[in-house]
Amino acid sequence: MIEVRGLTKRYGDKVAVDDLTFGIEPGKVTGFLGPNGAGKTTTMRCILGLDYPDKGTVVIDGQAFRGFAYPMREVGALLEAKAVHGGRSARNHLLCLAQTNNLPRRRVGEVLELVGLTEVAAKRSKGFSLGMSQRLGIAATLLGDPKMVMFDEPVNGLDPEGILWIRNLMKALAAEGRTVFVSSHLMSEMENTADHLIVIGRGKLIADCTMKEFVARASGASVRVRTPSADQLIRAVTVKGATVGTGDDGSIEVRGLSAEQIGDLAFDEGVRLHELATVRASLEEAFMELTADSVEFHADPPGRPESAMIGTGSDR
Amino acid sequence: MTTTTAAVSLPALPPAAGRAGLRGVLASEFTKLRSVRSTYWTLAALIIVSVGIAAIAGFGIASNIHSHPENKPGTDATQASLIAFFELGQLIIAVIGAMSITSEYSTGMIRTSLTVMPRRGTIYLAKLIVLTTVALVVSLVTSFISFFVGQAAMGGSGVSASLFRSVTIPANALMHPPAGGNGPPVVTFQGTETISPGTVLAAVIGTALFVTVVALIAFGLGAIIRHTAGAITSAIGLLFVLSIIIQLLPDTWRWDIMRFFPDAAGRVLSVTVGPSNPHLWSAWPQFLVTAIWAVVLVGVGGYLFRKRDA
Repeated sequence: MIEVRGLTKRYGDKVAVDDLTFGIEPGKVTGFLGPNGAGKTTTMRCILGLDYPDKGTVVIDGQAFRGFAYPMREVGALLEAKAVHGGRSARNHLLCLAQTNNLPRRRVGEVLELVGLTEVAAKRSKGFSLGMSQRLGIAATLLGDPKMVMFDEPVNGLDPEGILWIRNLMKALAAEGRTVFVSSHLMSEMENTADHLIVIGRGKLIADCTMKEFVARASGASVRVRTPSADQLIRAVTVKGATVGTGDDGSIEVRGLSAEQIGDLAFDEGVRLHELATVRASLEEAFMELTADSVEFHADPPGRPESAMIGTGSDR
Repeated sequence: MTTTTAAVSLPALPPAAGRAGLRGVLASEFTKLRSVRSTYWTLAALIIVSVGIAAIAGFGIASNIHSHPENKPGTDATQASLIAFFELGQLIIAVIGAMSITSEYSTGMIRTSLTVMPRRGTIYLAKLIVLTTVALVVSLVTSFISFFVGQAAMGGSGVSASLFRSVTIPANALMHPPAGGNGPPVVTFQGTETISPGTVLAAVIGTALFVTVVALIAFGLGAIIRHTAGAITSAIGLLFVLSIIIQLLPDTWRWDIMRFFPDAAGRVLSVTVGPSNPHLWSAWPQFLVTAIWAVVLVGVGGYLFRKRDA
């Protein structure tokens, strides 16, 4: 159980995390969602004590992370896969980490086996692909058989096989009763993995709910209608206060009225309908909608140098 | 390689008693040091440069004395063998000292290190102990090898120093015109100066201690600056460039400044012959100045290491 209470962190004038409060429970995968620059990495860094919060506290199973007798047995965290000395072999990298917590030497071989890096254990990690580096990072998190694991954007740059592997790993870790906390800026990644969601934007909490609740929030956003008498129907629904958009395939999209109301209205008006369907906004859209106001770096028209920050992947 | 089943086939760890502390982190820091090639390259460079130049200097002195015997008085064979070690070797060991902490920042490894062991004071202390131990051992070995190789190269010149017996060299040389007015001048020597093995041993060990402390100065700068190039540059600036700049100051007061800088000790610790430098303190008080620099920089570095965001 990780409890974040009133966490606030500034870098200079910029508020990265603003009075954030949430809890992460064991036995499930908690997704940590937000656009790039929302403060996800900063939050994770504060949980681990890498950064000191300006205000607020983080408590892990009742105490600060640094107080644990064997920190690696409590939390295994992977924030950056490339945060290793590239000149060191995979085995020596894991060994030097294991030694800090007096973990048995054989443990290094076991986690290497688990992530499939046994064959390259003696190679310097400099030459590793991003996927291999992620696996090495995950191996490091599992050294201490931790009660909690934290991954920051773990599938970034991975091939489909690697993505599937990480998803299954996270589910398996949660099924064993561990706390799994994983961040992403892509909703689609969470759809199949997360049980619970914490959504932040611009350092503020936007949603803290189960995946089910999030899906419910996301549905029923609009109704798609296709009709030969589009103009007549548009007039009719507009009178009722709905807003209408036109789809590119000649359909119209009505917001503000339910499918039933539109059907009745069409019947009254004598308008023939070829299609009438509630559009369940995809999770991706719901997420975009929720965080639209809180995107740190909007895509600007070309030529605006401010937009250069987009896609750097830096989350600070 | 792919695990499609929902199972983590990882054996559970046996429960642990006690608490992770300095012992494990020391082992970890030693593993870090021995598992990267740059450690071996820099240590090899330190030994090759120091010993190599000691040999060259030894041959140079032997040949000089052979053709100009009047240079015998005042020739400090011990210092001649150690000068490359403390002038150039200090720069190389500064690289080792700085990089033992800055390489963690340049690679990002520090975030991983502090995630597995969030007690930062323990990490800093372990780094300090491992660096001090390695620097001390390597410095002592280099200092002794430099000395022996340098003296061997000077063998037969009559000035070479020894760790096992007192060596007597002339105190003054007088040159007379040769009889008949032709040929080289005749050299006669006056008085003697005796160099005891203790003096030589103090110089060899003292120089090694000086170089070790230089590594700690660079380590402290590394912890403060957290950037390899920046830390090495400032270490070289402090130990090398600054003293060159001070040389340019007016004679009346430049010496009074120089004795407060960390590199001054190198120049007095290695001296075994001649009067003591009137402008610097004697060897050990001057060494204390260097040590104080190290304590302050390592202390400030440690404070910042604990207080700053990683």
